[in-house]
Amino acid sequence: MKQVRIDIDGQTLDVPAGISVAAAMARLRPSVRRSVSGQMRAPFCGMGICFECRVRIDGVAQQRACMTPVRDGMQVVTDG
Amino acid sequence: MAERYDIVIVGAGPAGLAAAEAALARNARVAWLDAQATAGGQVWRKDVQHGWPQRAERVISKVLSHANLTWMPQTQVIAAEQNELLLQNERQALRIAYGALILATGARELLLPFPGWTLPGVTGAGGLQALAKQGWPLAGRRVVIAGSGPLLLAAAATAKRHGAQVLGIYEQADQTAVHAFARKLWRWPGKAIQAAMLRAQLAGIPYYYGSIVTRALGEHTLEYIEVDGPHGMQRIACDQLAIGYGLVPNVELAHMLGCAMTQEGAHPSVQVDASQRTSVANVYAAGELCGIGGRDCAWVEGRVAGITATGGTVGAALLQQQRHARKFATALGAHFKLDPYIHDLAQPDTLICRCEDVPLQALKDYDDARSAKLATRCGMGACQGRVCGTALAELGLFPRSGQRPPLFPARLATLGEFASSSDTEGSFS
Repeated sequence: MKQVRIDIDGQTLDVPAGISVAAAMARLRPSVRRSVSGQMRAPFCGMGICFECRVRIDGVAQQRACMTPVRDGMQVVTDG
Repeated sequence: MAERYDIVIVGAGPAGLAAAEAALARNARVAWLDAQATAGGQVWRKDVQHGWPQRAERVISKVLSHANLTWMPQTQVIAAEQNELLLQNERQALRIAYGALILATGARELLLPFPGWTLPGVTGAGGLQALAKQGWPLAGRRVVIAGSGPLLLAAAATAKRHGAQVLGIYEQADQTAVHAFARKLWRWPGKAIQAAMLRAQLAGIPYYYGSIVTRALGEHTLEYIEVDGPHGMQRIACDQLAIGYGLVPNVELAHMLGCAMTQEGAHPSVQVDASQRTSVANVYAAGELCGIGGRDCAWVEGRVAGITATGGTVGAALLQQQRHARKFATALGAHFKLDPYIHDLAQPDTLICRCEDVPLQALKDYDDARSAKLATRCGMGACQGRVCGTALAELGLFPRSGQRPPLFPARLATLGEFASSSDTEGSFS
């Protein structure tokens, strides 16, 4: 499978092309964000409804990692 | 200036796909949009390893390559005005105008609060399926599938295909109810075949009736769950819990457009006539948002909508199929009725609103969603109450309040495109 290279919070990661940002992040760690009271959270609904997986992608905030396919050179920034 | 299309279809699952195919066959200029990057919806979601199901792939490829089709992936409706929609994709905001609008917004999972449901490692059942199809790593993971309804079987099959060790399927409905449902399946041969295929794929995975996950526990991520079943309480160590209590129609856009609703239990669905017309002129609806009826029902209704929205007449055979497919919805609802015990799983300190971290005890002094929202911020976060609002309605605490634009969190540049200010005042939460 073709690989793409992305960057998650400064960490470089090679992942299969076509997978979601959420799936790429799951290869690194179990959670993607901190809730307003500081709890660790991870993708929950998997289909763009719950917004638990929101991250900043290439400078655009509030992107849902579960709905965004990885692209070569993509920069992902989390708040956790 | 808004680009104008004869037909705009919102949603790329079976209903939207069938509608697009039918409208294109009648020479309409069609815009077809979906929030996801690929067509297929939830049930025909493209698997990065295994592709689309064969039947879906054939039609999707045909529709996507049609000269009269404009495909708009990763695009969401933010607001609507007279025969126009304001859309937002990853990069920009845009307006499109329609002769007729077909809503095929599908359904989402009914996700209900219980202690530990916010732990990383807990997902929806269909949710885990969706994640896995997009490459979420499951190989070697110990997965428990729980909740209610036939979707659990499909979720288990997907998890297994992706290398998970599926420890079991825990269905809340009792054995009598599930068997009564299974005995009726012969009336929908498509469903019976689907069920038989799933059974074969699920060989070796235990299926438990009358079993309810009461708690998920773990320090930072899920470590084990507690299940209350016919043989008492048991503790199961696992890495992943996929739990969903069936489906709920996605009616937010229809609601905002002013379409009349039918209340089915705690959740509204869109009212349509035999031509799939809603109560609003030039607006049609097809599939799960008209009531949960499954893939085949969505497909047939989508075809009907595609034909009628382009001024065609639906043949008697298709109308007969449409009526028959709808009956499945009734059977589904009756046999997988939720045990009231599930409504009482959340404890005073269990978070109900996952966006704003509002616990159940903070909501007890309010009678309606709006007062609770103003005082506690429950439902004010990014999901705009899609999870907690639906859960609170199911729990019988309060019904969902009305829908105002923007339908999804929107960028300021998008909102700048939105001219009508009177309905939107104070709603950009």
